[in-house]
Amino acid sequence: MSSRAADVIPAADRRSPDRPTPDLATSDLPAARTARRGAAAVLLDGVLKRFGTVTALEETRLRVEQGEFLTLLGPSGCGKTTLLNLMAGFLEADAGEILIGGEQVTATPPYERQIGIVFQNYALFPHMSVARNVGYGLRMRGVPKREIAARVEETLALVKLQGFADRSPRQLSGGQQQRVALARALVIRPRVLLLDEPFSALDKNLRGAMQVELKEIQRRLGVTTVFVTHDQGEALSLSDRIVVMSAGRIRQVGTPDEVYRHPQDRFVAGFIGDVNTLPARLETLSGVRATVALGDLRREVEAAALRDRPPGSPVDVFVRPDHLGVRPAGEGGTLPARVAALVYQGSHIDLHADLATGERVVVRVPGQGALATHAPGTAIGLAVPQGGLVAFPPE
Amino acid sequence: MGRRLSTRLLRVSGRLLVGLILAFIVLPAVVVTIAAFNERAILSFPPTGYSTRWFTRALTYRDFQTGLWNSLVVTAWSSTLALLVGTGFAIALKRYAFRFKGTLEGVLLSPLIVPHFTIGLGLLMLATGIAAGQGFPVLVLTHVIVVLPFVIRSVFISLQNIDGRLELAAASLGARPGAVLATITLPLLAPGLVSGWLFAAILSFNEFTASLFVTSQATQTLPVAMYGYVREFADPTLAAVSVIYIAVTAALLTFANMVLGLGRVLNVEQSR
Ligand SMILES: Nc1ncnc2c1ncn2[C@@H]1O[C@H](COP(=O)(O)OP(=O)(O)OP(=O)(O)O)[C@@H](O)[C@H]1O
Ligand SMILES: [Mg+2]
Repeated sequence: MSSRAADVIPAADRRSPDRPTPDLATSDLPAARTARRGAAAVLLDGVLKRFGTVTALEETRLRVEQGEFLTLLGPSGCGKTTLLNLMAGFLEADAGEILIGGEQVTATPPYERQIGIVFQNYALFPHMSVARNVGYGLRMRGVPKREIAARVEETLALVKLQGFADRSPRQLSGGQQQRVALARALVIRPRVLLLDEPFSALDKNLRGAMQVELKEIQRRLGVTTVFVTHDQGEALSLSDRIVVMSAGRIRQVGTPDEVYRHPQDRFVAGFIGDVNTLPARLETLSGVRATVALGDLRREVEAAALRDRPPGSPVDVFVRPDHLGVRPAGEGGTLPARVAALVYQGSHIDLHADLATGERVVVRVPGQGALATHAPGTAIGLAVPQGGLVAFPPE
Repeated sequence: MGRRLSTRLLRVSGRLLVGLILAFIVLPAVVVTIAAFNERAILSFPPTGYSTRWFTRALTYRDFQTGLWNSLVVTAWSSTLALLVGTGFAIALKRYAFRFKGTLEGVLLSPLIVPHFTIGLGLLMLATGIAAGQGFPVLVLTHVIVVLPFVIRSVFISLQNIDGRLELAAASLGARPGAVLATITLPLLAPGLVSGWLFAAILSFNEFTASLFVTSQATQTLPVAMYGYVREFADPTLAAVSVIYIAVTAALLTFANMVLGLGRVLNVEQSR
């Protein structure tokens, strides 16, 4: 079941047990030394941030578990970067406490937090070679030269950039620059790795490849990672857990499956994945389940958000395009509709249809058959599934 | 047909106009240079014969010798001091919010508006008041005030071109504020600092109006010495000095261009 920010499920027990021993995160990893047993990798307790009159982050509580890959997902301006900057120590919270590995860091400056950060624009030092960029954090810590050289080489190998040590950042492609930025953040063996939309400047193919690689590296090192994105696909495919935010508030925290299949409010339902909204009427409500009438159909839905609504009140039923089906017009158990447009998408067709009640819905039809059989104007029956429906009060 | 002709005419006259503008820009320097090689002892154009004796006189004339030396010393001191002070102010203005920030900015940039003779006269009166006379400290101070706005602007623009996230990244990697300044900010600022210094040096080296007030016979700079000379003599020595002036300034710029690339020094190119 889904969970609110306050009572989150530890991610550790979902991780694969046969994870290879991390080769970079060796026993001298400070996190391993200082972390109290059971301490969260990061804990934000009642943290709040204002810029003048704008509240960028409302009072927030969030626990990031050791070793998990947590994604902050939300539209532009919802406070993701603010949250990340608070963890990094670039911003000071107006209220609340921040703990890293159980240690109080609310007033600790960034240079003492042992946190790795990767920015969208890479932020590589333009006046340093790749090797000097990666070794920067070690030099600042006074690590002996020979150890620096060894660790830089090791980390460049980790991000598959052997042989690029002497290049200038200018001579690298976007993807390569992002690898250098990742190596630079990882080489200091951070207690937490923070990434702020790291791949959004890359083209689609490269982005996919980098996502897979980041996930692989993260799994290998077991480094706690907080990843910021506004791309829900990226969030769903990479994360152990997703934090969905909007307007400075956490709306839901849960596994990708939880937030995708059991959204807690309209915002989450609408933001993660494509969704259709069907108007319906509430019939009976019992706890978190309800029965609703969709035209002549009767369906059972998740209705945690419908608390206290009287029977007969209007509700919106959310259903994913790939859960709807197309049947011949008039078939029993369907809603009457008319095809409005067909959009070719390669592996599937997006069939846009208008319900008799006027609503436009999208049905994802696998294959290309629909192109021939359902020309615009055709009357169809819309099959609504028995399960996987969630209802919310209308706006 | 007629259209084609008119476009061609337009193009030709456009080129002609640009050529004329460029010619007028370089013309004074060309005329003076030619006049400097004039054999006769009057400032005239075009010359009737050629000689380099005015250069010899320029280089051996006592007031010019001390003037050049004074100018070099004052330029070195004032542009360096202005760079140090100006960089500090530029960083403060760029990075920190404080009360009266706008006022401070206005005061610092005011020498752009206040006429140089006002600055010179004011400082002369002040210096006489505290019995500092027309010594080098007052002269250097005058030059610092005059060139400071240019240094501040140059450094400020360079600061603006530095991505703040570089400094954040450095901090997250364990660099304390001093280390961030030394390893990230200053190295990236270097072109701006060099250009600021260079502007200051060229301006200071050429400064005449304010200097006229605050210099004495012993501390007069080259432009002041030249002014003194032209009031007594009208031979091409002055033209020869001008040529030396142009050569020195051009040498400075060429040097800067070789080391850093002029585009970056003048801040017309992106530093990244
Ligand atoms: N330095 C600042 N001064 C004033 N307001 C700010 C500042 N930084 C952020 N804000 C405001 O705080 C809110 C949250 O901004 P934030 O950068 O955290 O959003 P975000 O979720 O990272 O958005 P994006 O996806 O566009 O990066 C926004 O309304 C923004 O305008
Ligand atoms: Mg952001």
